[in-house]
Amino acid sequence: MNHPQAAAAFLKDQARASWHDETLWYVRDKRDVASKRLPEWEDLRTLASDIKEHTLSQLDYYLEKFEEKALENGIRVHWAKDAEEHNQIVLQILQSKECKALVKSKSILTEECHLNPFLEKNGIAVVDSDLGERIVQFLNQPPSHIVLPAIHLKKKEIAELFHEKLGTEKGNEDPKYLTDAARIHLREKFLSAKVAITGVNFGIAETGEFVVCTNEGNADMGVHLAEVHIACMGIEKIIPRRKDLGVFLRLLARSATGQSITTYSSHFRSPRKGKEIHLILVDNGRTAQLSRSTYRSSLKCIRCGACMNTCPIYRRSGGFSYGSTVPGPIGSILSPGLDLKKYSTLPFASTLCGSCTDVCPVKINIHEQLYAWRQEITKAQGWSGKELSIKLAKGIFTSPLAYRVSGKILRAALKSLPNSLIYHPVNLWGKGRDLPQAPASTFSEWYQKNRS
Amino acid sequence: MNARSPHIGLFIPCYMDQFYPQVAQASLELLEKLGCQVSYPLGQTCCGQPLANAGYERDTLALTKHFVNLFKEVEYIVAPTGSCVLHVKSHFPEVMGLEAELEKTQAKIYELTEFLTDVLQLTSIKGKFPHKVGFHASCHGLRGLRLSSSSELQEPSFHKAKLLLDQLEGLEWVPLSRPDECCGFGGTFAVSEEALSVCMGKDRILDHERNGAEILTGVDMSCLMHLQGIGSRSGSKLRYLHLAEILNQALA
Repeated sequence: MNHPQAAAAFLKDQARASWHDETLWYVRDKRDVASKRLPEWEDLRTLASDIKEHTLSQLDYYLEKFEEKALENGIRVHWAKDAEEHNQIVLQILQSKECKALVKSKSILTEECHLNPFLEKNGIAVVDSDLGERIVQFLNQPPSHIVLPAIHLKKKEIAELFHEKLGTEKGNEDPKYLTDAARIHLREKFLSAKVAITGVNFGIAETGEFVVCTNEGNADMGVHLAEVHIACMGIEKIIPRRKDLGVFLRLLARSATGQSITTYSSHFRSPRKGKEIHLILVDNGRTAQLSRSTYRSSLKCIRCGACMNTCPIYRRSGGFSYGSTVPGPIGSILSPGLDLKKYSTLPFASTLCGSCTDVCPVKINIHEQLYAWRQEITKAQGWSGKELSIKLAKGIFTSPLAYRVSGKILRAALKSLPNSLIYHPVNLWGKGRDLPQAPASTFSEWYQKNRS
Repeated sequence: MNARSPHIGLFIPCYMDQFYPQVAQASLELLEKLGCQVSYPLGQTCCGQPLANAGYERDTLALTKHFVNLFKEVEYIVAPTGSCVLHVKSHFPEVMGLEAELEKTQAKIYELTEFLTDVLQLTSIKGKFPHKVGFHASCHGLRGLRLSSSSELQEPSFHKAKLLLDQLEGLEWVPLSRPDECCGFGGTFAVSEEALSVCMGKDRILDHERNGAEILTGVDMSCLMHLQGIGSRSGSKLRYLHLAEILNQALA
């Protein structure tokens, strides 16, 4: 994946890019209003960060405690070291139940594990029941945002899609009409699914219960109609006590969409009579990230998506430009830990403006981790072109004399070179920008003449 | 004004020395007008920021050593830039045998506006600047040095540059729709992500224009160079002045 190329392609349609920017800025703005209604906002962030830091520092202890309590509650607990193991566990459960069709509510973890294509290859039909996810599923696309999966699509495009897939009236873009059509379509799927898959927002070690936050109630609808509930949970989603939950619930929805709380915050503790709950605890690179002291705090993430909404790059390049399951600033510090080479351009898809860090409800120092990844990537990759030009600059700037001379040459060149050369296509600065005018003398020259 | 004049070593970013000597000169004259004893240690080089932000912090040892040694004698280092100052404070690599001196350097360096508000504590600047001014809050100064409150955080509102500009007679501060969004300069980002960088810059300029600014100012000439380059290409009427130039002109 090459972020600059993908971003440039996204920006070709300037009107659309600008619409995308404004749409997400609107969400960021709602977040500002909601967060500023709580005088204790910054204390909540600190508390949430501290709770997560503490939990990560004793993750093994809390995970075992969580498992013990969950087992006591009658939940069947599985451990998966990677995506493949996770997918196999899901498949085995489905096969044991002779399940050929299931419903799934939003789970970025199952996206990360590429569960849908895996199950489809094995003859199992998966229906994403979150409206946005169902839309992108119809289009064979991944979500472009972790909270707003279809945010890159316009109403008109959804109307066309629904006309084709669900037989809605051509040209009817009324959101209520379209949502009703999706409800009827999904209801059928809910009623026929034997198994429902959900993600997990929080696992509570003290009680062995887990919490799923949605706005559409689709997780609950799926789970309550199905015989088997499979919950897929990243091991970093654990919190110690039930009373810690309030801190996170208050931060999550406000940061994500500007709501006070998600419409549904559903607690699952024990299976009902005759039903089963399977909980799959997934590592998939998380313990590796935990072992990297510089990046460990990235595991505090509660997947609110606020860093995407605030990021001036994300807003203008779209979620797909990152080519990773989790896009945006947080994705750019998580993904290199999974595959440094594949995601090598992501930590550079930032101006290090720091807005992500200030917006983060659990105080992850995202932009500092982007900076740190850059240092590792240049070391590991040895990008020759860039390295060379940088070395050149280093050579120029280290010696005052060379620096002075090169500056003189540069300034003379600017004055005498014709525009056609200065604005040569390889001159990326000059493509959309004029160069500063070259002054008659440098400040150093002026100073020596006038002051010393 | 303080009774004792502080001895200041002026640090001028490399690109400013080359392209914007008038801003460096304005910074020097301004500090002198305010009664400071200012020297400009000769032989200054780049602070290393472009290298470090591009992922080559390890290659900035020599530059760091040179910087620390050059400013050893002065009481304060003042620089008309937020991003280079942040680099010195946060990303200077450790230099064996120079740890104590490096720490002193990091403690005594100030971005120009924070020096004026925090050290000189200027509260009654006598000067006129009858223009509509839009302020570009450069990110490294804003969220790195905390030169003003950031829109993401819940904190008492403060703004060091505004504190200074508000003292000038006739100056009209232009409120922006997005007062602290990045302009897209970002050092090597400006060329490695050229399309995004230019798009972000255009959006910033539009915000200033729509809200009626005549002059766009800021504390980082690098961001202004990027914005000015885009503005001049598109025929925008905005003028660009570093904050030091405004203050120096107003105090004339």
